[in-house]
Amino acid sequence: MMPLLEIAKLKTILNTGSAPIHAVDGLELKIFKGETFALLGESGCGKSMTALSIMRLLPEVAEIMKGHIKLDGNDLLLLPETDMRKVRGKRISMIFQEPMLSLNPVMTIASQIEEVLKQHFNLHHTNSQKRILELLQQVGIPDASRRMTEFPFQFSGGMKQRVMIAMALAGEPELLIADEPTTALDVTIQAQVLDLMRDLQQRTHMAILLITHDLGVVAEIAHRIAVMYAGEIIETATCKDFFQQPAHPYSQKLFAALPKRTKRNQGLAVISGNVPLLSQAFQGCRFAERCDHAWELCRQTVPEWTEIIPGHRVKCHLFSKENRSEYQVNLTEKQTASSVEAYHPTHHQDSALLNVTNLKIHFPISQGLLKHTVGYVKAVDGISLTITPGKTLALVGESGCGKTTVGKGICLLIPITEGSVQFNGSELTRLTRNQLRKKRAEFQIIFQDPYSSLNPKMRIVDILEEGMNILIPDHPHRIKPEQQLSSYQKENKIDELLQRVGLPPEAKWRYPHEFSGGQRQRIAIARALAVNPKLLICDEPTSALDVSVQAQILNLLRTLQQNLGLAYLFITHNISVVEYLADEVAVMYLGRIVERGYVDEVLNTPKHPYTQALLSSVPVIQATSKRPNCTHLKGELPSPANTPSGCYFHPRCPYVMPICRKIYPEKSTFSQTHSAHCYLYSQNQNSA
Amino acid sequence: MPFDPVILWTDALVYSLAATVIAIGWRMQRHTHLLTPWRRVTHSASGMAALTVLFFFILIGLLDTIHFRPALDKVSDNLGEKVYSVEVLSLFDIIVTPLRNRVEKTYSAPLSAHLYTKETVELPDGSQAREFTRLTFGGAHLEDPEVQRISDITERSIRGAAWGLLTWSLIVISLGMLLARWHKINFLQMHSKIWSGATETPWYVIMITLGLVLILLGIVVALSTHYHVLGTDKVGQDVLYQSLKSIRTGLVIGTLTTLIMLPFALLLGIAAGYFRGWVDDIIQYTYTTLSSIPSVLLIAAAVLMMQVYVETHPEMFDTILARADLRLLFLCIILGITSWTGLCRLLRGETLKLREMEYIQAAHAFAVSHWRIISRHILPNVMHIVLIAIVMDFSSLVLAEAVLSYVGVGVDPSMISFGTMINAARLEMAREPIVWWTLLAAFGFMFVLVLSINLFADAVQNAFNPRIKTLSERASRSSHRLGKMLQSNRPPSRPASADIPPEAKDNKVHS
Repeated sequence: MMPLLEIAKLKTILNTGSAPIHAVDGLELKIFKGETFALLGESGCGKSMTALSIMRLLPEVAEIMKGHIKLDGNDLLLLPETDMRKVRGKRISMIFQEPMLSLNPVMTIASQIEEVLKQHFNLHHTNSQKRILELLQQVGIPDASRRMTEFPFQFSGGMKQRVMIAMALAGEPELLIADEPTTALDVTIQAQVLDLMRDLQQRTHMAILLITHDLGVVAEIAHRIAVMYAGEIIETATCKDFFQQPAHPYSQKLFAALPKRTKRNQGLAVISGNVPLLSQAFQGCRFAERCDHAWELCRQTVPEWTEIIPGHRVKCHLFSKENRSEYQVNLTEKQTASSVEAYHPTHHQDSALLNVTNLKIHFPISQGLLKHTVGYVKAVDGISLTITPGKTLALVGESGCGKTTVGKGICLLIPITEGSVQFNGSELTRLTRNQLRKKRAEFQIIFQDPYSSLNPKMRIVDILEEGMNILIPDHPHRIKPEQQLSSYQKENKIDELLQRVGLPPEAKWRYPHEFSGGQRQRIAIARALAVNPKLLICDEPTSALDVSVQAQILNLLRTLQQNLGLAYLFITHNISVVEYLADEVAVMYLGRIVERGYVDEVLNTPKHPYTQALLSSVPVIQATSKRPNCTHLKGELPSPANTPSGCYFHPRCPYVMPICRKIYPEKSTFSQTHSAHCYLYSQNQNSA
Repeated sequence: MPFDPVILWTDALVYSLAATVIAIGWRMQRHTHLLTPWRRVTHSASGMAALTVLFFFILIGLLDTIHFRPALDKVSDNLGEKVYSVEVLSLFDIIVTPLRNRVEKTYSAPLSAHLYTKETVELPDGSQAREFTRLTFGGAHLEDPEVQRISDITERSIRGAAWGLLTWSLIVISLGMLLARWHKINFLQMHSKIWSGATETPWYVIMITLGLVLILLGIVVALSTHYHVLGTDKVGQDVLYQSLKSIRTGLVIGTLTTLIMLPFALLLGIAAGYFRGWVDDIIQYTYTTLSSIPSVLLIAAAVLMMQVYVETHPEMFDTILARADLRLLFLCIILGITSWTGLCRLLRGETLKLREMEYIQAAHAFAVSHWRIISRHILPNVMHIVLIAIVMDFSSLVLAEAVLSYVGVGVDPSMISFGTMINAARLEMAREPIVWWTLLAAFGFMFVLVLSINLFADAVQNAFNPRIKTLSERASRSSHRLGKMLQSNRPPSRPASADIPPEAKDNKVHS
């Protein structure tokens, strides 16, 4: 069969700095009609550059050095720009990662789609309006005839991505390139968009090139898959084969690095080292430096493609015929899973370290000249939490549900409207600023974005010292000189901290920009540890990181918990991280906790319909066992400024009853620890 | 004492500024991490070229700041006390005495031997004629200027250039020797390193700039002894002298105004952005009110008020220069007070953005005090804006001074500045033939001054912005690749990010 798109020996370089960066280096792939082809890889491996090369929309500094990109046999690289414009949007179209940024905010949805139609079809105005309406209905925009004249800001994130898809479909393309189409979206919305894409493909038989870093997304919709590493493809297989038996050591490592419940008692596998700089010249296999199975040959000769089973090809010396026996030996030798100390789930109730009751954080909405308050954004609307020393409580929910606000509220970084936060027996909300300062050392926070959480103008040593200087000598006036930390001791302590988080002590003289995302997150952790806290509030500490780096950070957090007895409040939207790390889970929806309990209880027997929907939206990695009941949520999170009456979840709930619309449900208890707020279950009489 | 030192207000401020700069420099010398970005400044070719030019400007400005009253020859009648001149001179004035004293009758073109206007002269035979008379000083040594002038100028220029080259080679050799001792290699190696561009600091750029400046200087010095290099103005004063004197006025207006403006802008801008609420409201209302008044009117009103005060209290100023200087200082203050709003608004916006950054939140979680957050976290992160604003303001302030002098509310008419020069030249633009040299000289000097400051500030900004740094470092590495090959005794520097292999230590964490 003739492939729809065939890329051969594509080489794209970026002319920056001294040495050119070989972003795409000898890439080969074939995409057939009607299939979804996933290009999988970590950030910086050249996925997006490949997509832009196909579209010939590369940035100024980039340049295609050689290769062919054949669409139906015609080489796109030989086309003049005017002909290329007829290909873009018509035969190949593209959707981007960030729907908020890819729509023009001052044009209506209809006029943006009309631009595509005008370019490629000679349609009359009424006809094009009809076509736009049809397209919007096709991508599932409710009330499309009215909404087509609206502006992008009137749409939510998921809806914008649907509009983007509609725009991409306008030219009836043969190939749709989707560059991380769901990365910016929540799991429930992601599930909706993936459903839509799968559905559209079945109807239109177009090919999809899906670019992603998320194994889950790949498992959901891909037919064939290519793993990309350092500018080249190292493994191609059908989705089924790949998930059953990933061949390349890198692919195997990616799977091993995924946090899962089954890996709770052990450390996650990590890929040592960094992605190699693409400006260097490679000799041998590009993964050799980080590969556990690498031997001399790997470092000297570039591996050739080897076909393991028909359709499953891998670029690795381990699979070439003469080496295969050796590989088996290697595998058995090296299959010693790195494990951290066995983990013992202890279900007895300690005295609480942190006790949050009925916490409310409302932000006033001001309007008019005199800024009178017209309403409140109820970001956090009465939640209660308990964390015991040395345990991890995971707070799960979609973006916009108020998770982060809870974290900051507990740290008293934002004013609390109502409720109490008891930490180690003392009520934090009643303390004065000065009294609170003394308490601050005991609870610290780690932020989501490692790039904005470190001051770029301070050296690591200054960053780490800052907290120590203020919080370690509790009473700086009363302390005796010999008790104060001398600068020598301080330096020792900083070295120790850096070593604890896995960085060399020399790192302290550097500035944050010299570190990668994962290393920065380690520094942020070290900064929090510098003041010997008892509780760490981790606000999505791994969501900005690649899977392999995420594994390193999770391992680190787990080791620290075991060695230092830290308690974590782990705020996340990633269910697999929860499964791996948490002891208890609290599921949050629109400022309230809808269900809570031990990890096993909540994740095995979710009671609340929202929890069930959230869990079923999570893409399943195993390609073989498709999940049984697909209850994908309809609609999106309502605005916390305008909460629905009764149960907040009722507009999206599949089991909605009349009473749900009127009164917020009381707590239903299923075990001593497991409880939910839902009318499906018998209500407790007198609990809040 | 042969002179009576005079310290004017602006002198005092310039001295304290220089002292501060030296003190900061001395402090940084001991803290290597503070020094590193500045060291990076020295790696920028355009920045160092600009600094070399700037050095001459600053030197002239500083020399022109040391004021005194020379003693007069005659001794006063009573008590034999020395009498000092009422005219305050600067060290620079003394150096360029010939330029200062050789005053012609009126306009003369650059390097001319004749006046620019015809004069009625009495011929030896008693009849009168209108002709271009010879200048008193310019080209006075020539017998027949028509014939000899060009060759004389050429000859003097060549001699001057030769002197310039000689001085330059002396400097190059001594610098090479110093550097060779510093790097502990032999003299010739050092020079091959310098000229192949292998040194970290682009010495060859500095040398070339220095060479050009010195040759130019040699020519100018050689010619100015017998000619008016840039012509003379309406009252016959040497334009070159005026241009050189204007440098101090420009530098003072540029630096002092910024210094006066900076505390307002920094403190109020950051406070407004950081504290928000009512603090923000008050500061915003203040600067909106202030910037809604046309600044020229505000300045005019203030200057006129000051002028009236000065004129009603003549006893406060013993010399004309002291009066002119006070007016300059007030101009700086008024310009400073009216011009802080722009930077303030910028800083407020930036602080609003920064205060939501997670590292500020982290600092709050460490109970860091507001003052420390502002000084350690916010201030360093807005410094690049401040730096850019200072430079932009510097050039616009020099220009504002010109505009204000035009309106008549600028510096004292007796004070030489680019503004007064341009203002004077403006009147002559309509003449036929046109008197172009005053304007050209003022613009030329202003252009070189502003351009070199801009280039230097660009280098500073690049060095202080950590993100830009890596790029420029990489770029400079590539330009020095050739040089790297030549120097074998130094290990090749690795890219900064490759120095640590921390991810490699990850296995340690859980094994």
